[in-house]
Amino acid sequence: MDVQKLKTKAKSSNGMIRAESLFKRTLVGVGIAMIVLVVGLMITLIIESIPSMKNLGIKYLWGRTWDPVNNVYGALPFLIGTLLTSFLALIISIPFSFAIAIYLGEYNPKGWLSNFLKNTVELIAAVPSVIYGFWGLLVLVPLVRSLEIKVGVLPYGIGIFTASLILAIMIIPYAASLGREMIRLVPSPLKEGAYSLGATRYEVIKNVVIPYTKSGLFAGILLSLGRALGETMAVTMVIGNTSMIPDSIFGPGNTMASVIANEFTEADHTLYLSALIELGLVLFIVTVIINMIGKRIIKRFTNE
Amino acid sequence: MNKNVNIKYRMGKSRFIQGLIIFFAFLITVPLLLIIIYIFREGITKINWAFLTQIPKPVGEAGGGIVNALIGSILIVLTASVIAIPIGILCGIYLSENKTGRLAYWSRLSVDVLQGVPSIVIGIVVYFWVVKPIGTFSAVSGSIALAIMMLPILVRSTEETLKLIPFSLKEAGLALGLPYHKVILKVIVPCGISGILSGIMLSIARIAGETAPLLFTAFGNPYLNTNLARPMQSLPLMIFNYATSPYDEWHDMAWGAALILLFTVLLLNIITKLTTRRWNVQL
Repeated sequence: MDVQKLKTKAKSSNGMIRAESLFKRTLVGVGIAMIVLVVGLMITLIIESIPSMKNLGIKYLWGRTWDPVNNVYGALPFLIGTLLTSFLALIISIPFSFAIAIYLGEYNPKGWLSNFLKNTVELIAAVPSVIYGFWGLLVLVPLVRSLEIKVGVLPYGIGIFTASLILAIMIIPYAASLGREMIRLVPSPLKEGAYSLGATRYEVIKNVVIPYTKSGLFAGILLSLGRALGETMAVTMVIGNTSMIPDSIFGPGNTMASVIANEFTEADHTLYLSALIELGLVLFIVTVIINMIGKRIIKRFTNE
Repeated sequence: MNKNVNIKYRMGKSRFIQGLIIFFAFLITVPLLLIIIYIFREGITKINWAFLTQIPKPVGEAGGGIVNALIGSILIVLTASVIAIPIGILCGIYLSENKTGRLAYWSRLSVDVLQGVPSIVIGIVVYFWVVKPIGTFSAVSGSIALAIMMLPILVRSTEETLKLIPFSLKEAGLALGLPYHKVILKVIVPCGISGILSGIMLSIARIAGETAPLLFTAFGNPYLNTNLARPMQSLPLMIFNYATSPYDEWHDMAWGAALILLFTVLLLNIITKLTTRRWNVQL
């Protein structure tokens, strides 16, 4: 009887050990799976864009015409479109995101008003991009059109400028919330020192807070840029989708992400599809590099 | 130089800048309010019982609803959650248990990379992984794409939550002779469950409105479909297709759908926020 009991006990503890090693192996397996997933993403993109790399070579990147009917593929219009919309959006968004970061980090870090603003910013990040696009298409586009009539340019309504406006709203939260955290990290003895020397609040912000958080604020801008480059739906809906180099910031254009969204399911031969995927590969590499630099800076900043 | 004027000037400048910053900071609430109010006004009149229970009618016929998109969205998001939640939480546990080490470093880096990958790129890749081998667009391929997007949020929130749990708890468990996996699953994870749950809700809120990865995977479907192996409609896809169409009736339906989607996503976010505040978790 006792022997039996001991045996079952031994068995169950054997089972425990087995379960334990199984659990540990599962954890490691999942960790490896993450790496495999990302490497797999990259390899798939590279393999599928080989036909385009072989046929079009490096001049694909600065070809000026994109004409799938005649099998001519040049990515320059989309590269310019992407850079133009992203940087314009960044320029529009920076005053707002820095104002929010400074207000929440320095002027008013606690209390219901700052909570309200903080939650608003987080909700702005939560609104789906297709809803921004829809609202932009039916509300912002007519507004921009009437603005364009007043300014005296061709009143498209849709175009690079409208896309940048929508993008600017969408990316404000990223730089703002990161900037807020960075500003909170400024040691108060530094600020107190400046105050005790007679500096005004503005002078403390300008001469102590901003210089101290410079790299952190820059990282926030980088992460915003990463978002802006890869944003697809809202841009696709308001940018106008023409595969030409935009003639002005009010003209219609196309970004890398929007051309993929529009033409991927229509691509009827290998080279066409492959050229689109190469765009995706470029987008992938650029956003990954930008994000990595941003995260590196944040890590270094918070560890110091 | 008169010092009195000088200090007054400096104080004035400081006040002026403060006002400017407050003005710019609060200007951001305007677009959000505009969007919410506009969508509410346009959408609320479209929503009725028929809108929620019928499939869309062809262009030109009045009526019709979005039940196919509603059910499709729920099914796609549920399937994505079933795929992503176990993997994401396990990976979060792995990373919080292994703070150093080469494998953990690369794993953590991969999660970082994944977080920055544009959603449209994930759509392309899943097209080649799932849609092309099977030969048809399908809801499950959409779920896989969304699951990949959920992973980084899940891993991050789990890792950050579990890092905060005191090491002594784990030591106490081990000292009682509990095997490692029981310490993790019965002591550590339950302690951090509220943080993990809010990570889950955040990740669902994040993917519920995703459109780009579904374009080449779930594809959309004008009819009611509950078969995961076939193309399926979802709310964001439907809003995109209907909003970019030239028909006014379709715009109306898209407003209704946008209202439902917007409020679901905002509600999920607000609930998450309230629970994290209540449990005092920092995400």
